Amino acid sequence: MSQRQISRSSAVPLATRAGRLRSTKTGSPLASALLFLALVSILPASLPAQKNSCLDCHRELEDKLRAPAEAMAGDIHGQFGLSCADCHGGNPLEEDMERAKDRSFKGVPPRTRIPEFCGACHADAAFMRRFNPNLRIDQLNLYWTSQHGQLLKKGDDKVATCTDCHGVHGIHAASFPKSWTFAWNIPQTCGRCHSDRDYMRPYGLPADQVEEYKASVHAQALYEKKDLSAPVCNDCHGNHGAAPPEVSSVAFVCRQCHPSAGDLFSRSPHRAAFDGLGISECEACHGNHRVLRPSDDMLAGGSQDVCLRCHDAETNPYRVGKEIKRLVDAFVVSYENAEALLSAAEKKGVEVSPAKFKLQEANTAIIHLRNLTHTLSISEVEAKLKDGDMVLAEVKASGQRALEEARFRRTGLIVATVFLLLLAVAISIKLRDLRRSSGPEEQT
Amino acid sequence: MTKFLERIGSYLEGRLRISGLLEFGRKKKVPEHKHSFWYYFGGLCLFLFFIQVATGILLLLYYVPSIDTAHESIRFIMSQVKFGWLIRSVHSWTANILIGTIFIHMFSAFFLKAYRPPRELTWVSGFFLLLIFLAFGFSGYLLPWNELAFFATRVGTDIAGTIPLVGQTIKEFLLGGPEVSGATLSRFFWLHVAVLPALALAFIGLHVLLVQLHGMSKPIGLRETKEISFYPYFFLKDAQVWMVVLALIGILCVFFPWEIGTKADPFAPTPVGIKPEWYFTFVFTTLKIVPPHILTIEGEVLAILAFLLGAFLWMLVPFLDRRASRDEKSPVLSVLGFIIIVYMVAMTLLTYLLPQVGR
Amino acid sequence: MNRRKWINLFLGSSILGTVSSFLYPVIRYLIPPRQAQAQARRVFAAQASELAPNSAKLFRFGSAPALLIRTAEGELRAYSAICTHLTCTVHYEEETGTLLCPCHNGRFDLAGNVISGPPPRPLEAYEVEVRANEVFVFKKD
Repeated sequence: MSQRQISRSSAVPLATRAGRLRSTKTGSPLASALLFLALVSILPASLPAQKNSCLDCHRELEDKLRAPAEAMAGDIHGQFGLSCADCHGGNPLEEDMERAKDRSFKGVPPRTRIPEFCGACHADAAFMRRFNPNLRIDQLNLYWTSQHGQLLKKGDDKVATCTDCHGVHGIHAASFPKSWTFAWNIPQTCGRCHSDRDYMRPYGLPADQVEEYKASVHAQALYEKKDLSAPVCNDCHGNHGAAPPEVSSVAFVCRQCHPSAGDLFSRSPHRAAFDGLGISECEACHGNHRVLRPSDDMLAGGSQDVCLRCHDAETNPYRVGKEIKRLVDAFVVSYENAEALLSAAEKKGVEVSPAKFKLQEANTAIIHLRNLTHTLSISEVEAKLKDGDMVLAEVKASGQRALEEARFRRTGLIVATVFLLLLAVAISIKLRDLRRSSGPEEQT
Repeated sequence: MTKFLERIGSYLEGRLRISGLLEFGRKKKVPEHKHSFWYYFGGLCLFLFFIQVATGILLLLYYVPSIDTAHESIRFIMSQVKFGWLIRSVHSWTANILIGTIFIHMFSAFFLKAYRPPRELTWVSGFFLLLIFLAFGFSGYLLPWNELAFFATRVGTDIAGTIPLVGQTIKEFLLGGPEVSGATLSRFFWLHVAVLPALALAFIGLHVLLVQLHGMSKPIGLRETKEISFYPYFFLKDAQVWMVVLALIGILCVFFPWEIGTKADPFAPTPVGIKPEWYFTFVFTTLKIVPPHILTIEGEVLAILAFLLGAFLWMLVPFLDRRASRDEKSPVLSVLGFIIIVYMVAMTLLTYLLPQVGR
Repeated sequence: MNRRKWINLFLGSSILGTVSSFLYPVIRYLIPPRQAQAQARRVFAAQASELAPNSAKLFRFGSAPALLIRTAEGELRAYSAICTHLTCTVHYEEETGTLLCPCHNGRFDLAGNVISGPPPRPLEAYEVEVRANEVFVFKKD
């Protein structure tokens, strides 16, 4: 193997070689110096990794024993100059297998020891600082607080450990799209166990979370719009300290991204009520995994009425809810009417872009209004509606003017056409008269 | 009222000898026969041209020929200027109607063999007018600087660029550079409002002069026909046709105002199904369906050369049609003309009915 | 002849009517409209003197709302006022010197970047040019 030959020569100190070059009689000192410089500059780049008998042997094997060697090519540890021996111990310079597996050799750790195996480096602040000062080193501690960690401590090796989520050889940085822990791969990674009904049965856990999530608006943002800021499993459950948020804290989790809805909710009577009853705030109406795009139908009296889950239809709170929905619906209808007015005018050929611009403000009002429903306050909703109604009134006035313009055009057309036709008729009469008067010699 | 008009009449007569003009009009005879309906189309072209000049001059008041503002100025004309929508829509609709009328006029002259001696130059000047008005259409289309026009111009100049030897030079001259840009807009504006109007006036002057000199051509074989004086009879009938066409244009403009389109973005990808204006589509589709290579020569180049040759021969028709110059019927050319019309119509229809055909 | 007179009258008045119905639009067309000129990629946003430090003005850029901001340090900046979350119109909040979207409290810094809340992308930035006390905003090519 050529590798071995190169490595043999690299074992010879550079200085001696340079010295030998300088002492040759053929070739000038300048040429030798230049050659020396050239060698020195290219050597570090071309210097192959330290001899690695682990890789050399394992590449010759098959299947399961070959796989780690192949996978290490793209591994992030490899990119930092770490290799087999840095985790598994042993002597990679030693070609003989028995002598290579010396006293430092750790081999394959049992599943219940994997966290400590990885944590030997990843929980060591001083060590990690050499490679990436910004990388966290609390993963191991967090892991022990998680459900996975707690069960592992008790000896259950079916739960997830480091390698189940990150892979083992061929690990990529989490920011690399092929990584198992890259945003859009995470549901699949968690789902490997959590969507397996048989696997989850002994724990009494459902296996539909990933499926539910995939139907959600968060998954749509992630997979279809490629919006990497959309939440995945770890954003709500945590990475290493993964545990389902407690009922009282689901809302805090949602508030990370949806603070305004959370603030509005906190101003409403629901806050005290939910907390008192121990109901999880956002989840009660919006769900946890299958969070769908909210619609006006979720309000009281709508087809997806969520209020009825707790309130009886004839109670005062429910009536307040219905009033709010009525106000919102009325405004939406008013907006749609204004929009229809503008498109009718546009279809008739009248330019309405200034009015359309104004309509955008009304659109802002609707979106803001829908968020305001969290306050359950008729007065707040009405206050916002007042501004919105003013805008719509302006737009409708523009639309009416545009329709009038369209009518004016048609009227003008009729007038002009009538004159034209009259003129054509007048010409005919004049022609007939001219012919009659000029006599038979002038032909028609 | 009549006295007032009489006074004006005698004033003008003293200064401008109007009576001379009217006498000429009375002497000029227009034959009436089963094909005299086609005589209207020449005057209609002139009338539509005047409409274009008038609306064009009005549009110049508010249009700005710079890529930053051209599109916005059109939107401004359509939405803010009183009756801007009307002036602009008339201009756009009439442009298309005018080109259609030119084709009808040309083909009617062809089939009626109106190009027979001594009217050969009338035909040739008419041919140049066809080219001038096609250039009007091509240059005017880009001025609103919208997406369709931008890409249609690119496609059109690309086709011009394929002409061997001179193609690239022509293309660069037209574009004012290697590609469609602000320089192109300036050049097209220059052509559209200065160069082409001047040329059009010159050639129309020549064409109309020749028609007055030689009088109206009669179909072959027709010796004695009824005739009416141009003034006042034919002129009044002409005016009736013009009124009807005007009413038609009005209806089109009110019910189908011309689109503004989306502003051109040179960095956007070419929209699917881009094509030039309808009067160029028969060339466009032919180039699309021509095979890539014919006997080692590029198909497109061959097709373009064929069109150029065809156009050249078309211009020379009066000199090629021996039989007609002897006042004999020449059915061969008539059939050829018919085939050409069928071909043009078919290719045009194909563009719209089967847009995916060809590359 | 009476008849001739009537015919001429008819002809004359229909000519007059037709010409007037064409002349009227042309004359109206020639009268300058209120908004003197077409809006362009380059838009006049405000008088430079009308904006005090730590304030902003909402103006129309093309067909969309935009904000011209004078920072507390006196610098002029312009951004699209369309929130990248759900297209509500963003406003300038003086107390914090940031841009706030009222719909879901999305917040942007004065570089247009998202500080907090649901917006997924920063606001589109425009170029500002001041000429003789007039502030022009335009999109960079």
